[in-house]
Amino acid sequence: MKIKNILNYCFISSLFLFSLICIWKILVTLQGIELTNFNFNKLFIFGIILCAINLLIGKKLNLNIKIILLALLFSIFDYFISKNLPIWYSFGIFLISVFFFNTIKNYDKNFLSKNHSSQKLFFNFLTLFGITLFSFVILFPFYMMLVTSFKTQALLLLNPLDFSINFAQGLPELFKSYFIVFKDYNFGRYMLTSTIVSLGTVIITLIFAIPAAYAVARLNFFGKNFLSTSILIIYLFPAIVLVIPLYTIFSQLGLRNSIEGLLIVYTATTLPVAIYMLQGYFKSIPKELEEAGIIDGQNWLGIIFKIILPLSLPAISSVALYVFMIAWNEFLFSLMFLDRPNTFTLSRAIQFLNVGAETPRQYLMAGSVVVTLPILIIFVYFEKYLVSGLTAGSVKG
Amino acid sequence: MSSKLAKIEKRTAYLLILPSVLLVFSIILFPIFSNIWISFKNVELKDLRIPEPRAKKLVKSINDNPNQIKVIYKLRNSSLTQEITNVKFKDKYPDDIEPISLNNKCQFKSNLLKCELGNWPKKYRENLEIVFQNINNQEISKKELKSYKPKLSGKSQNILLTYEFTLNNFKKVIKDKAFIDLLSTTFYYTFFGTIGAIVFGILAAQMVNQKFFGRTFMRSVLLFPYVAPVVALAYTWELLLDPTSGTLNNLLINYQIIDGPINLLGQKYVTLNILGFDFKLRLALTTVIIFEIWRYFPLAFLFILARLQAVPKELYEAADVDGANPIQKFLNITFPQILAVISILFMIRFIWNFNKFEDIFLLTGGASGTRTLPINVYQQGFSIGDIGMGSAVSIVIVVFLLIFMFIYFKLLGKRADEN
Repeated sequence: MKIKNILNYCFISSLFLFSLICIWKILVTLQGIELTNFNFNKLFIFGIILCAINLLIGKKLNLNIKIILLALLFSIFDYFISKNLPIWYSFGIFLISVFFFNTIKNYDKNFLSKNHSSQKLFFNFLTLFGITLFSFVILFPFYMMLVTSFKTQALLLLNPLDFSINFAQGLPELFKSYFIVFKDYNFGRYMLTSTIVSLGTVIITLIFAIPAAYAVARLNFFGKNFLSTSILIIYLFPAIVLVIPLYTIFSQLGLRNSIEGLLIVYTATTLPVAIYMLQGYFKSIPKELEEAGIIDGQNWLGIIFKIILPLSLPAISSVALYVFMIAWNEFLFSLMFLDRPNTFTLSRAIQFLNVGAETPRQYLMAGSVVVTLPILIIFVYFEKYLVSGLTAGSVKG
Repeated sequence: MSSKLAKIEKRTAYLLILPSVLLVFSIILFPIFSNIWISFKNVELKDLRIPEPRAKKLVKSINDNPNQIKVIYKLRNSSLTQEITNVKFKDKYPDDIEPISLNNKCQFKSNLLKCELGNWPKKYRENLEIVFQNINNQEISKKELKSYKPKLSGKSQNILLTYEFTLNNFKKVIKDKAFIDLLSTTFYYTFFGTIGAIVFGILAAQMVNQKFFGRTFMRSVLLFPYVAPVVALAYTWELLLDPTSGTLNNLLINYQIIDGPINLLGQKYVTLNILGFDFKLRLALTTVIIFEIWRYFPLAFLFILARLQAVPKELYEAADVDGANPIQKFLNITFPQILAVISILFMIRFIWNFNKFEDIFLLTGGASGTRTLPINVYQQGFSIGDIGMGSAVSIVIVVFLLIFMFIYFKLLGKRADEN
C-alpha cells in the first residue's frame, strides 16, 4: 500500500465532507440563521483525522457502530466550534456525516492498494458532490420564487437571507400575495387568456399538422423532398426576424391586441415542428395496416381517423404537450402584439407588473409561481411524453 | 389504372398539406421576405398608423330662432406626416331639414349632405359651417342632429406600399461604430453560452448515468429550468442577483467572500487580477451567459444522456481489463461515442443562442454591454421607432443564419454519409 494513496484518500474525502457541510451551512443560513463562518481549517483537519481513524479501525469494529461513532464525533466537534445554533442544525450535520462515513466504508486498505484508486475516489466523490450541487443550483431559484411570494415587503427587506416559511401566521396571511395578485392585478383573467391561447394553439396546430404530416410520410407527390427539408429550415428561423414585419402587417390589419392574432402566429410557428415530429412517427406505422384499410374501402380521411390516429396517440400527446408548453411560455410575440391589459397573457402580465410602477416583489413572485406551477405539474405528470417531445423538437429552444 | 391512382394520391396529398403550407407561408416566409422590402424603406413606427380624415360634429343654436341651427364640422387630417387625397364627406339629416346656404363643395339631396373636400395636406385642419332650417318652421332637436355621425373617406399612400427605396438603413447599420461591438458581443454570448451548456450537459449526463438513489427524480429536476417560463425565471434571477437585497450578494458578504455588493447585471466590466495580469471581464454579459447555460444545459444533458445509455457496456469492461483509469475511459471511450451528438448539439444551440432575445431582454434589457443583434432589432424597431433600421438588422441576422444553416446541413449530410 502506497503512502501517497492514503494521503490522497484522506485529503479528497475530507474535502468532500467539507463541501457537503458547506452546502448544508448555506442552506441553514438561508433559513435566516446567523452563521458567518465555514470554519474551513478546523473542519478540514478534523475530517482528515477522522478519515485516517476510519482506515485504521478497518473491520475491527461493527460497521454500523463505526459509522455512527465517527459521525457523532464529527458532529460534536462541529457543535463546539460553531456556537448558539439550533439543535436541528447539528442533527443535519450528523446525518450528513453518517452519509459520508457510509460512503467511505468501502474504501479500505484493499481498495487503496489498487491502481487508480485516488482517481476513482475523486470521481466518485465528484459525482456525489455534483449531484448535490446541481440539485441545489437548479432548485434554489424555484424555491426562492415560492418563498418570496409568501413573504411581506418588510420581512424581505429586514433579512434578505431568510427563506424560511412561517406557517404559524395562518394560511390566509401566507397566501395573501396570491389573493392580491388574483383580485387586484386580474391574474384570473390572464390565466384564462393563457389557457385559451395555449389550448387553442394545440388544437389548431394538430388539425393542420396531422393531415400534412400524413401526406409527407405516406403519399407520393411532386416536391415532397423539398417540402420535408424546408420544414426543418423554416423551423430554424427565429421569432425575432419575423417580429417587425408581423408587427407592421398586424398593426395595419388591426390584428394586434387580439387573441386571434396571437393564435395565428403561435400556430404557424409551431406547425413545422409538429409536422416534423408527427411524420417521423407516421413513417414507423406498418404500411400493411393502411393497405388493409384501403381494401376495406376506406378513403384517405377514414384511414387517418380510423387507423393512423388511434395508433399514434403517444406521438400526438407528445406533440400536444410540447406545443402547449411553447405557447404557454411564449413571450416575444405577446410582448409585441399585446399592449392592452384586457388581452394580456400571463407572461406578458408579469412583464407588465415588473416594468410598471414599483410592484412589490412578493406579488411579482406570486405571479411567477402562477405561471410556472401549471407547466411544472404538467411536466412532472406527463414526463415521458414531454421528454420525447423535447428530444424531437429540441432543434428549437 | 395505376396512373389514375397516382393522380388521386397526388391530389389528396396537395389537399392535405395545402392549409399548413398556406399558413406557414403567410406567417413565416412572407414576413421574412417582407423584411427585405421594409429594410430598404424609410419607415418609422408612427408611419404605421394609416392616415384618416376625421370630423367632429358640433351643433349650435342660433340666437332666438329655434327653427334654425348651425352645424360645425371640425375637420382634420389625423396624420402628422402624410397627405390624404380625394376626401369625401357624408352625413345624414332628419326629415324636413334643409340647409339655408351651401358652398360649392357640398350638395344636399334627400336628407344626405355630401361634400367633396379635395386633398388634405398633413396636419390639415378646417371648419365647415352650415346653417340649417326646418321647412315646417318647427323646432329642431339638437339631440337628433347629434345622433348622426358623419362618414369620411379618403385615399392616402401607404408608405409600406410605395416604390421609394433607400439604402440608408444598411449604410447606418454598417457604418455604426457600435456594429463591430454588437457583433463581437453576439458571438461572445453565443459561443460561450453554447460551450458552457454542452460542458455542463456532459457533466450532468455523466452523473445521472450512474446508479444512485433518486435518479429518475434527478432527471426531472434537471429539466426544470428548460420547461419553466422564461419570464418567471428571469425575474427570479434578477431578484437573486440584486446588489442590495439580492440573496447571492448578501450570502457572499455574510461569509466574507466579497467586501461589498457586486452589481452582477448592471456593471459592464470587472477587472480581475490573475497572475499579476489585469484582466477585464465583461461582467453583465458573463452573468447573462451563466443564466443562459443554467437554462439550456438540460437540453444538452437530455441528448447526451440518451447517447450515453446506448454505449455498449463491454467497451468499459474491456477498458477495466486493460487497466484504464477513469479519465482515460472518458477520453477514449465515452467522448468519441458522444462526439457526433455534441457536434450536432453545438450547431443547433449555436443557431438558437445567436437568436436569443427573451433571456437578455428580461435580465438586462440590453444594457451594460449585453446588446446583441436580436436585442438591437427590438431597440431599433420599437424603442427608437425606426422600423426600417430594425428590419435591416433582421436581415443581417438572417444572412448569418443562412451561413450557419449551410454549415449545419453540410454537417448533417456528412453524418448521414458516414452511417
